[in-house]
Amino acid sequence: MRELFDRETVRRGSSGEWLAESWQAIDALGLTQALVKEADGGPGIDPADAADMLRLVGYWAVPLPLAEAMLGAGLLAQSGMAVAGGPMTLAPPHRTTVALEHRGDGWFADGHAARVPWGRCAATLLLIAAAADGPCLVALPAGLFTVKEGANLAGEPRDDVRFNTSLPATAVQPIGMTADDVHAAGAALRTVMTAGGVQRLLDLTLGFAAEHRQFGRPIAKFQAVQQNLAMLAGQAALCRAASDMAAQALFARDGRVAIAMAKARAGEAAALAAHLAHQVHGAIGFTEEYDLHLYSRRLLAWREEYGNEAEWNAIVGQACLDSADGAWALITRHGGFAR
Amino acid sequence: MTAFDFPYPVMTAEAEALRSEVRAFLDEELGALRAAGQYIGWTHADPEFSRKLGARGWIGMTWPKAYGGGERSATERYVAIEEMLAAGAPVGAHWTADRQVGPLLLGHGSEEQRRLLLPGIAAGTCYVAIGLSEPGVGSDLASVKARATPVDGGYRLSGTKIWTTNAHLSHYAVVLCRTDGEPADRHAGLSQLLVDLKAPGIEIRPIVDMTGAHSFNEVHFADVFIPEAMLIGTRGNGWVQVSGEMGSERSGPDRFLSSFAVVEALVRRTREEPTDERRAAVGRLVGHVAVLRRLSASIAEMIRNGEDPTVQGALVKDIGTALEQEIPEVARRLFAIEPSPLGEDPLAALVGSTLLASPSFTLRGGTREILRGIIARGLGVR
Repeated sequence: MRELFDRETVRRGSSGEWLAESWQAIDALGLTQALVKEADGGPGIDPADAADMLRLVGYWAVPLPLAEAMLGAGLLAQSGMAVAGGPMTLAPPHRTTVALEHRGDGWFADGHAARVPWGRCAATLLLIAAAADGPCLVALPAGLFTVKEGANLAGEPRDDVRFNTSLPATAVQPIGMTADDVHAAGAALRTVMTAGGVQRLLDLTLGFAAEHRQFGRPIAKFQAVQQNLAMLAGQAALCRAASDMAAQALFARDGRVAIAMAKARAGEAAALAAHLAHQVHGAIGFTEEYDLHLYSRRLLAWREEYGNEAEWNAIVGQACLDSADGAWALITRHGGFAR
Repeated sequence: MTAFDFPYPVMTAEAEALRSEVRAFLDEELGALRAAGQYIGWTHADPEFSRKLGARGWIGMTWPKAYGGGERSATERYVAIEEMLAAGAPVGAHWTADRQVGPLLLGHGSEEQRRLLLPGIAAGTCYVAIGLSEPGVGSDLASVKARATPVDGGYRLSGTKIWTTNAHLSHYAVVLCRTDGEPADRHAGLSQLLVDLKAPGIEIRPIVDMTGAHSFNEVHFADVFIPEAMLIGTRGNGWVQVSGEMGSERSGPDRFLSSFAVVEALVRRTREEPTDERRAAVGRLVGHVAVLRRLSASIAEMIRNGEDPTVQGALVKDIGTALEQEIPEVARRLFAIEPSPLGEDPLAALVGSTLLASPSFTLRGGTREILRGIIARGLGVR
């Protein structure tokens, strides 16, 4: 990951350039297949190990829709559908509206999806649709949707996509996950990436504080700066714990509450971490030239994607109100540890 | 990467079975009070309650059976204590003995000291205070002035300890004092003595805190004879022993659950008067507790693996105690209550008592500033 995504490559990708070679390299390593279950012909990687890879995506600010491709590949394998090779992305299910109807031997799909990661570069766009007899995965090849380019706070491509098209019967297949399930899975993956990004902030900031001298000594020697560094390390630890919690709940029956707690907690910690990292860096960290914003801006963007704190905290809150034996019992039921 | 290692916490079927057992016991013991909207809090000392826990084998749970322990797993102990703290069970009488003194004696104590104290601690009948700080010393423990002068057969201890929690209820105290060298030697020359609080020359004066409660004391030692056999571990090694003890003191659920009763009360009140803002605010607090609990449990795992949790413990306590202080503030932003410890409204009463106790959360067991200094040292910048 470190070799594939050196500083110049990350900067090219972060300005919106599609890194075709890097994508092929990552695909060739099989990383996009990490979430395909063994029963569906995948490598059978434990979600915790798949999470380790995604944490590196956050750590190195990999400017590719790897989380979407991993989740999409898992859904695709589950559905038994085959698609053409090339970059694949997944539309955020809560930002997607699809009207599906049978037409002749196939389907007609009409609708739109907002904030699709790298929609402009995708050879295949995957959508979750609610059909009469349950959720379906819809595979749209490039050319059958139009793209209006957009970006998140970090400048990562998030495109609005429209479609009004006939599809062959094979392009729509039932899956076992609802739009809510896929949304939660996406939230879990963003939580994992966030942990990687905050870890990078900590490393960059420690390095800077040890090297940068003011008043005749490294700024890391000032107690006020040390207090900020200690708080930053705390946010990194919280994000890591949230990441482990989310990874463990990924695809688990009943995993939604744990993911909700983890995504909301990590989002809040990430914003504080970004603040502290910038505070320690001072003005240099606010420049385009310095790399800090590659991470701090992504963290601010990722806390919004697949549900922000307002959304997930409300879900945890409702779960508490619904928990007849109270909040503590809810925590011990859902805050699960490895067994 | 500079990440601190936080191993995956582990849960076992035995521990979950124990959880149900502890929860049922607490429902029976505290259910009536809870129904009346009353909450005790874990710092409250109730010797009768401690004896009941001892009878059930829930003190000294991981210690060898030879010393009255239960030889149960660290995971089981973690589950039992988190259940007690979340329920606000009055565990104050035996708490420091169970949390710190037992492990200290098992690590550094003599066979005689273990036999003398551990069975009573595990039974919930023997309580032990910790004498660390002194007037004018504050957090700078290396500058303690209490002095134990070697004499025939032991030591003569003189000095004053302050903020000694529950000394007035305790049978023994573990006292950090200088046996060798001068104050300028800092960490070198400090030792830990096990002091029988009934010994002649000891005076225990109460210090009433701002909530009106008496748990702190000032303890004076005037030429108190301490037998040689009551030196804990190695003479002059006191600082190392104390530092190890602090790691386990700082990481436990007692460092983020002190205000948890307020969260439960908020859930109950929000059920009656729900709004979107309240739902989200309650959910946020519960998520914060859940993620911290994971970090805290992972430290229990470190202790089990024989790793040094000093830095991780400081980190959990720093974040956990800030959360403990934030919880009552969130409560009063959500509901138009007037916090009052003696109020009839259960939420207002809880928020009132928690707000008054709140300054102590980021002071006891290491102030926030000290903790962040420990974390900074762990990061390699100090």
